[in-house]
Amino acid sequence: MTQHAAFVRAAMAKPEPPPVASRGVIGWARGNLFNNWLNAALTLLSLFLIWTVVTPLVRFLLVDAVWQGAGRADCLPEKAGDAIGACWPFIGAKFAQLIYGFYPWHLHWRVDLTFALGAMLLVPLMIPRAPFKTLNTILLFGLFPVLAFFLLVGGNFGLEHVETRSWGGLLVTLVVAVTGIVASLPLGILLALGRRSHMPVVRALCVAFIEFWRGVPLITVLFFATYMLPLFLPNSWTIDALLRVLVGVALFSAAYMAEVVRGGLQAIPRGQFEAASALGLGYWKTMGFVVLPQALRLVIPGIVNNFIGLFKDTTLVLIVSIFDLLGQLRAAFADPNWATPSMLFTGFAFAGIVYFLFCFSMSRYSLFIERHLGGGRR
Amino acid sequence: MKSVMCRLAFAAIIALTAQAASAQTLKTVKERGTLICGVSQGLPGFSNPDDKGNWTGLDVDLCRAIAAAIFNDAKKVKFTPLSAKDRFTALQSGEIDVLSRNSTWTSSRDSSLGLNFAAVSYYDGQGFMVRKSLKLNSALELTGASVCTQTGTTTELNLADFFRAHKMKYEVIAFATADETVKAYDGGRCDVFTSDVSQLYAEKLKLTNANDHAILPEVISKEPLGPVVRHGDDQWFDIVKWTHYAMINAEELGVSTKTLDEALKSAKPDVKRLVGTEGNYGEQLGLTKDWVVRIIKQVGNYGETFDRNVGPGSRLGIARGLNNLWNNGGIQYAPPIR
Repeated sequence: MTQHAAFVRAAMAKPEPPPVASRGVIGWARGNLFNNWLNAALTLLSLFLIWTVVTPLVRFLLVDAVWQGAGRADCLPEKAGDAIGACWPFIGAKFAQLIYGFYPWHLHWRVDLTFALGAMLLVPLMIPRAPFKTLNTILLFGLFPVLAFFLLVGGNFGLEHVETRSWGGLLVTLVVAVTGIVASLPLGILLALGRRSHMPVVRALCVAFIEFWRGVPLITVLFFATYMLPLFLPNSWTIDALLRVLVGVALFSAAYMAEVVRGGLQAIPRGQFEAASALGLGYWKTMGFVVLPQALRLVIPGIVNNFIGLFKDTTLVLIVSIFDLLGQLRAAFADPNWATPSMLFTGFAFAGIVYFLFCFSMSRYSLFIERHLGGGRR
Repeated sequence: MKSVMCRLAFAAIIALTAQAASAQTLKTVKERGTLICGVSQGLPGFSNPDDKGNWTGLDVDLCRAIAAAIFNDAKKVKFTPLSAKDRFTALQSGEIDVLSRNSTWTSSRDSSLGLNFAAVSYYDGQGFMVRKSLKLNSALELTGASVCTQTGTTTELNLADFFRAHKMKYEVIAFATADETVKAYDGGRCDVFTSDVSQLYAEKLKLTNANDHAILPEVISKEPLGPVVRHGDDQWFDIVKWTHYAMINAEELGVSTKTLDEALKSAKPDVKRLVGTEGNYGEQLGLTKDWVVRIIKQVGNYGETFDRNVGPGSRLGIARGLNNLWNNGGIQYAPPIR
C-alpha cells in the first residue's frame, strides 16, 4: 500500500472567461443579431441595405466631392473627374446668403451678435444644474426679444435700418420658428384653460378660435395675411410682411398647442383639483402650482412634436415670397455661374443636414428633459 | 378643390377692388423713394441673385432702368421674389409697383386680370433639346420620339398640338417639376426635352455633359415675356413701356454705356431727341429730360443687357434670334422718341 497524498485545492480556481462566442462583440451580436435564423436573415438584409445607401452617400458627400473652386467649371465632370460628387464651393459661395439672406453685408455682425446672445442665454437655461435660473429666464424672454428686435431691425441707437424684406435664409427660419415656439406655448396654455373653463363666453371664444385656426391650412393663413389683408385695411396702414407672417404662424401653432395641453389637463385626476380646493387655493394657484406642472410634464412629447413640426413648417413662408433657408437655396439654384449636374443634390444635402441638426437636437433635448423630470416613469 | 374655389373668389374680389387702385403709382414711388419690383424666385438669366446677393438678370435690369429713369439711381429698387401663382395677386394688391417676371402676354391675362402688359422684353418660345448623337437637324424628324416635359403646363399642350399638326407619333413622359424633368432627360429616360428655349439653355448647364446636347432650331409656340402693370394708371403704364422702348431705341441708334459721351455731343436729330439735348420728351412722361441718359449710363441699352444676362456674354449664351432689332433680322421694334 502506498500512501497517496490527497490533492486538495486550497482556494477556488479562477473562473475561466466565458467562451469567445458568448462574450464581447461577438457574444452580443450572437445574442441580439443572430439568435435565430430569421433574425440572422434580417440582420444581413439590413447590413446590405445600409451598405447600399451609405456607400454612395459617403462617396457623393466626401470622397468624390469637390472642395475648392471658383465657379461651375471646377465642379463639372470634365475637370472634377467622371464620378459626380457634391460641389461644396457652391455652398461656400452662397453660404452668407443661406444664413443671412439679403441682409446687407456690412451689417452681418448684427445678426451674428443676435445669434450669439441667444445662444449664450439659452444654453445655461437648458442645463438643469446651471445657476441663476430666474434671472436667466427674465433675460431670455424679457430682454433678449427687445435686444434682438433693435439689433436686427435697427433704425435706433445709431443702427442702420434694415427692412425685413431683405432678411432671409437661416435667419428667417429661426426668427419664424422661435417666435412661433415662444408665443405658441403661453397662448396655447391660456386657450386650453379657456376651453375647459366654466364661463360660457370664454369657453365659446376659445373653442371658436381653436377650431377656426385648426380648420384652415397654414398656407391659406399665410396667403391671406400677405395678400388679402392689405386689401381690407386702409391704404395708410402698412403692416410689415414678415410681422404678418409671424402673427399668423404664432396664432396657428397656438391653436395646435392648446389641444396638446388640453390633452394633458384631461389626464389630471379630479382629486388633484379637489385637493387644491381643499387647501384653499384659488383658480390660478390651482392651475399654476398643482395642475399645469403635472399636465405639461405629461405632454412634453406632444409639445416638442409641435415645435419640430413648426420648425419644418417655416419653409412654407416661401409661398408668400419670404425666403427662408430653403427659399434662399432655391434662388441660389438659379445662378447660371454655378449650374452643374450636382448642384441640386449638393444644395438639398446641405439643407437636409441643417434641418436634421436642429430637429434632432430638439428631440434629444426633450428626451433628456423628460427623464430629468421623471415624466415617463409613472 | 375648396382652396381653388376660395382662390377664385379672392381673385374676383381683387379684380374688382384693383379697378379702384390709385392712379398715382409714380407719385407713390417717388414719395417712397424706391421702386418695388416683382421678379421670379430664381430664373437663370432673367432674375437670380449672384454670389453677393445682388439680383441680376434681364427682368431685373428693366426694373433698374425704371428706377434709374425716375430717381437717377438704378439702386433705388427693391425686389420682391414671387412665385408663378402669386405674381398677379401681388401686383393687383399693390404689394409691388411693376411685375417683371418672365410673364407670357396672353389675351386672357391682359383682359381679365385688371392688368396691362406694357411691352415685350423678350420673345421666348417652346423648343426642343436632343442628344447630338441622334444626329437630328429638325424637330420634324422627331417621329416616334419620347419627350420629357413638365406636367400641367402649356408646354404639354403645345407639344400635343405640334405633333398632331404634323401627324407624327410621340410618347410623353411628364414630371411634376422642372428639376425632375431635366434629371430624367439627363438619365436617358427620353430622347427629347421640351420647354421654353431660354429655359432649355439654362437647364443645359445642369446636364452631365452639356456639350453632347443641342437645341433644335424650331420654335413651336409664342411666349412673349414682358413687364406688367395695374389697370387704371396710364402714366405709369407709359413710363414702364417707354423705359423698354428707350433701351431699344438706344441700341438702334448706337447709344451705349461706352458711346454715351459722344451721343451727348451728337448732332444727329434722333440721337439728340433720345438723349434729351433736344425736346422735352422725358418731361411729357412725368420724368426728366435726361431720362434716357440716366438709363443708359447706369444700366445700358437693350443689346448690352441682353448680352450680359442671357446672350453670348453670359453662361447661357442664347443667340439674339427674334430678340434682335428689327433692322437686324429680329422683331424688337420700338416706336420713335419724338
